[in-house]
Amino acid sequence: MEYEVVIGLEVHVQVRTKSKIFTSVGVGFGQDPNTLTDPVVLGFPGALPVINREAVEKSVKVGMLLESTIPEITKWDRKNYFYPDSPKNYQISQFDQPICEGGKVEIELPGPSRNIMGEHMWVELTRAHLEEDVGKLNHFDSDSLVDYNRAGTPLLEIVTEPVLHTPDEAWAYLNALRNLMIYGDISDCDMEKGQMRCDANISIRPVGQKELGVKVEIKNMNSISGVRNGLAYEIQRQIQTAKAGGAIHQETRGWDAAKNVSYHMRFKEESHDYRYFPDPDLMPVRIDDAWRERVEGTIPERPFDRQRRYYEDYDLPFTVTSVLIPDPELCAFFEEAAEASGEAQQSANWIVNNLLGELGNAGLTLADSKVTPAHIAELVGLIKEGAISKNIAKEQIFGDMFENGNMPAAIVEAKGLKQSNDTGELEPVCQEVIDANPGPVAEIQGGNDKAINFLKGQVMKATRGKANPSLVDQVLKELIDKKG
Amino acid sequence: MADDLHFKTLTELQSLLSSGDMSSVELTQALINRKEAVDPQVQAFNSLNTEGALAEAEAADQRRAAGEIKGPLDGIPIGLKDVISVKDRPLTCSSKMLEDFVSPYDATSTAKLKHAGAVLFGRLNMDEFAMGSSTENSAFKTTFNPWDLERVAGGSSGGSAAAVSAGSVPVSLGSDTGGSIRQPASFCGVVGMKPTYGRVSRFGLVAYASSLDQIGPFGRSVKDVASVLQAIAGHDPKDSTSIEQDVPDYSAAVASSKGPWKLGVPKEYFGEGLDPEVKESVQKAIDWYADQGCEIQEVSMPNMNLAVATYYIIATAEASSNLARFDGVRYTHRSKEIENAIDLYFKSRAEGFGDEVKLRIILGTYVLSSGYYDAYYLRAQKVRTLIRQDFMKAYEQVDALLTPTSPFVSFKAGEKNEDPLAMYLSDIYTISANLAGIPGLSLPCGLNSEGLPIGLQILGKPFGEADLLAIGNAYEEAHDHSNQHPKL
Amino acid sequence: MSDKGSIDIDYVANLARIELTDEERERFSSQLGGILEYFDQLNQVDVSGVEPMAHAFQVENVLRDDAAVEGFDPETAVKHAAAKRNNMVQVPKVVEG
Repeated sequence: MEYEVVIGLEVHVQVRTKSKIFTSVGVGFGQDPNTLTDPVVLGFPGALPVINREAVEKSVKVGMLLESTIPEITKWDRKNYFYPDSPKNYQISQFDQPICEGGKVEIELPGPSRNIMGEHMWVELTRAHLEEDVGKLNHFDSDSLVDYNRAGTPLLEIVTEPVLHTPDEAWAYLNALRNLMIYGDISDCDMEKGQMRCDANISIRPVGQKELGVKVEIKNMNSISGVRNGLAYEIQRQIQTAKAGGAIHQETRGWDAAKNVSYHMRFKEESHDYRYFPDPDLMPVRIDDAWRERVEGTIPERPFDRQRRYYEDYDLPFTVTSVLIPDPELCAFFEEAAEASGEAQQSANWIVNNLLGELGNAGLTLADSKVTPAHIAELVGLIKEGAISKNIAKEQIFGDMFENGNMPAAIVEAKGLKQSNDTGELEPVCQEVIDANPGPVAEIQGGNDKAINFLKGQVMKATRGKANPSLVDQVLKELIDKKG
Repeated sequence: MADDLHFKTLTELQSLLSSGDMSSVELTQALINRKEAVDPQVQAFNSLNTEGALAEAEAADQRRAAGEIKGPLDGIPIGLKDVISVKDRPLTCSSKMLEDFVSPYDATSTAKLKHAGAVLFGRLNMDEFAMGSSTENSAFKTTFNPWDLERVAGGSSGGSAAAVSAGSVPVSLGSDTGGSIRQPASFCGVVGMKPTYGRVSRFGLVAYASSLDQIGPFGRSVKDVASVLQAIAGHDPKDSTSIEQDVPDYSAAVASSKGPWKLGVPKEYFGEGLDPEVKESVQKAIDWYADQGCEIQEVSMPNMNLAVATYYIIATAEASSNLARFDGVRYTHRSKEIENAIDLYFKSRAEGFGDEVKLRIILGTYVLSSGYYDAYYLRAQKVRTLIRQDFMKAYEQVDALLTPTSPFVSFKAGEKNEDPLAMYLSDIYTISANLAGIPGLSLPCGLNSEGLPIGLQILGKPFGEADLLAIGNAYEEAHDHSNQHPKL
Repeated sequence: MSDKGSIDIDYVANLARIELTDEERERFSSQLGGILEYFDQLNQVDVSGVEPMAHAFQVENVLRDDAAVEGFDPETAVKHAAAKRNNMVQVPKVVEG
C-alpha cells in the first residue's frame, strides 16, 4: 500500500524586544540563572502583567510578512496547566482572537543539485499568536533545577495548516520562515539559542483516503536539519509500523539527534484540558488603521521577491543569489557595491567568491570586514576600465584590501600595478616571446588559434601580469601576421 | 491620654498630631498597648512589627518637627489586610501556603501609603486567600466580632474590620471581591468602602478573582474612609485594569456636597431572607433621607437574584487559575512527603490550602473545564452584563441606591461552616456591585435588639465615590451610630 | 448543565493538582452538587444576543514602552523556594513531557 504523509508545523519564534512581554525586566540568553526575573516573571503573589507595545508591533509586522489577516481586536487568554517551568502554572497566550489569522509562506524546495534552484510553492498558515515563553528546566541525575530567565520572553507561535508532505518541504518552510524573520528584524532564529523552536505533527494515510491518520507530535528537534531528519525517521517508523500491521498511537515523541531516533514521551490521553479563558488582568488591543499603516511602512522586500529581482534586474545566477538572499546585510552590501560600480554581476562575484571566502578563512563576519562596498565598486571599476587585470586584482590587491582596508586604486598606485596599455612598450616583449617560441607560432600560423594562449601567458609572465590581456592578444596577432 | 485614643477618628487624631498634643510615637505605642490588650480575644492581627511601626512613627514625628509633613495620613497608623504586599514583610493571605513568605516588593497601595507618611501597623487576618464571609477560613485563627466575641467579624476582611472596631487601629485596608469589605464593616459597626473597579491599583494585591477584586478602606467615620481613599486612589501603569480618571478631592466633596439626592431603593433587596430588624433599621435610614428632602424612588434590579450564582462561577473560575501559582515550587509551602514532581503539586497543594479554598478551586476548575465552559463560565459572563445593565438603568433615574449591606447581623462562629451555600448567600446584597464594577459604601445604621451593628449600603455610579461619601457623611453626621463602640 | 451534580471530582481535582482524601472527596462532591444545582437558576434567563463581560470597565491598548530595567538579584528570586541550588529552584527530577 502507498502512503501519503501529512505534516503540520508549530514554530515558536522569540520576538526580539528589550524587555519581557508582560513586565519591564530585560530579556537575554546565557545570563546567570534567575537574574532576568522580577515579581511578574516569577509569578509572585500580587504581580500583574502589562503588555509590551513593541512585542505587539513586531507581531503585527510578522503577520504582514506572513500575509496574515490582522484582526481589529486581539486579546489574551490564560492557558492553564501545571509544569515547573511555568511560573504561574498558566501561560498567558491567545486562544480565539490571535494577533494573526491565516497567512502563507513562500518556500523553495531543494533543487536537484546545489547549483540549481528548486521548485517554489506556498505553505498555508492557520494562525500566529503572541504568548509568553516559559522558564528552562535543567535536568540532573537526581533532580531538576529551574531557571526562569527565559520566562516571559515574547514568543510567537506560528502554526501551519497540515499541508506539508515531505521532510524537504518542512526544511524549506523553516528556512523560508527564518529568512522572513531575519528580514523583518524579528529574530535571528538561532535554534541553538532557542530563538526558534519547532514541533511537528505527522500522520500517514493510504493514498486516496480523505480523513487524516493518527497524529504523532515530535518535539525537541533543535535544528532545521534536525527537523528534516526527525521527520524522515518518523515517517519511516509510521510506514513500517503500518505495513507490519501495527497500530500508530496518538502520542508525543521526542527527537534524539545524537542517536538519530525518536522516542516516546507521552500518550495523548494524558494531554491537557487547558481551560482557556480571557485573562482578566489584560485589556484587549485594537490595531487601528494608523498603526497598521505605520507598521506597513516598515515591511521590507521579502527574500524571494529580492531573489526574483536579482535575477531579473541583474541576471544573477542561483549559485550567487542562494548565497546572498538569506543575509539581508550581505544583500545591502552587494546592492551598494552594484550601484556604485554599475556592475552588479562582477560585484556579486567578488563578494560571494572572494570576500566571503576571506571572511570565512579569517573567522570574521561581514560586520568585521574592512572591505566596504566602495572597495568592491572601485576594484570592479579598475578592472572594467582596463587599469588592472582580474588576476592582479585577485592576487595582489584583494588581500591587501582585506587585511588593511586600503582602497584598490591606492594599492595599484603604491605597488605600481597599473596595467600596461602602451603598444610601444608591449611590442618588444611580444617580439621576444615570438622569437623564443617558434613551435607555438608555427601552430598558430597553421590555423590553431588556441595556441596563442601559451604566448599570451609568456607575455603576462614577463610583464608580471601588468599587461592588458586583450592588448597582448592584439599585438601578438599583428606581429605574427607581419612575420607570416 | 493614651487610654482614650483608641476610639478617636482619624480626623481627631490628625488634629492632636498637628496641635502637638500627641506624637505619632505616642499614638502608635498606645495602639500597640490596645492591640495587646484586646487582640487576644478579637484575634484581628496576623502579625505586628512593633519596632518597625514605632520607627516609622518616629520618622513621622521628625518630619512634623521639621515642618515637612507629607499629608493628612502622616504619622497615622494603618492596618493592612494580609493580602496586600509590603516589601520585606510577611504576606500570608492567612494560608499555610504562604506561612513563611515575605514579599520582596510593595503593592502600589502600600507604596502610596508610605509616600503619604502612614505608619504601617500590622497585618490583619482574613479568610484564606479572601475566600469567605466570616474570617473562619483563616488557616491561623478566627477573628471574632468585638461586639460579641462568640460571633464572627464577617469576611473576608474580618481582621481589617475588627481591628478598627476594637480600637486597635484607626483605619485599615481590606479587599472586596464580593462584599469582603462592606459585609465585615457592617458586622463590626464600622465604615467600609469598595471603590469602583479600577479606581485603586490591584498591583500587589494577591488576586482572588481578578475581574472583581478591589482594595478599599475601613474607618470609624465616612470622612476617615475618604481620607484613606484619597491616598490610595489613582491610575497605576502597573495594573492594566486600573482606569485613567482624575481623582477628585474626596474630603472636600464630603464637606461641600449636601444633597438633596435622588436615591433609589431596589425592591429586590428587601425581600425574602432579610432579617426584620435589619430591614427596619435600613428603612429608618431611607426615611431619614426622605425627610431631608431626598427623592426616594423604588427601582428594580430584575437580575439581582442571579448575582450569587454568577459571582461564584466567575470568581471561582478566576481563582482556580490565580491560585495555580501556589504550587510548592518557587516560594510556597512544599510538602515533605514528595517522591516525584507530581507529588510536589498534589501534596503541597493538599497540605497548603484549606477546605474552602480547595472547594472553590475545584469548582472553578470544573466550570472552565472542557465541555462546561459555555454552560457555566460564558453564560455567567453574559448574566454579568445583564446585572450591570440593571444598575446602569437605575442610575439613569437616581444618584445612588440604598440597601442593607447584609441580610442579617453577625452570626455565631461555626453557625454556617458546614453549608457553603448558606455562607455564600450572606453576600447576596454586596456581590452585584463587584459584578457591575460599581462602588459601594457600608456604614453603621444602628444596633439590633441584641446590640449588634447593622449596616446601610450605599451603591453608586462608576467613579461616583465622592457622591457616595457625601451621602453617607450626611447620614452619619445626623446620627450617633459611628460613635457607638463595642465594650471590650 | 443537564448533568448537574455529577461532577467528576477526580478528573477535576487532577486538573487542579490537589490530592483529596476520601472524606474530602465525598464532602466536596456533596457540597458541589448543591452549589451546581443552585447555579442552575442561570438557565432561567435568556442571554441570547448578550455580550459576555470579561472586564468591569473595558478599555483598549493598555500598553507599555519597551524599556528594560534591572531585575531581582538571583538570591532574592529564589529566597523563599523550599529547595534551591546554584540560584535555581530545585524540584524532583522532571521527566520531560
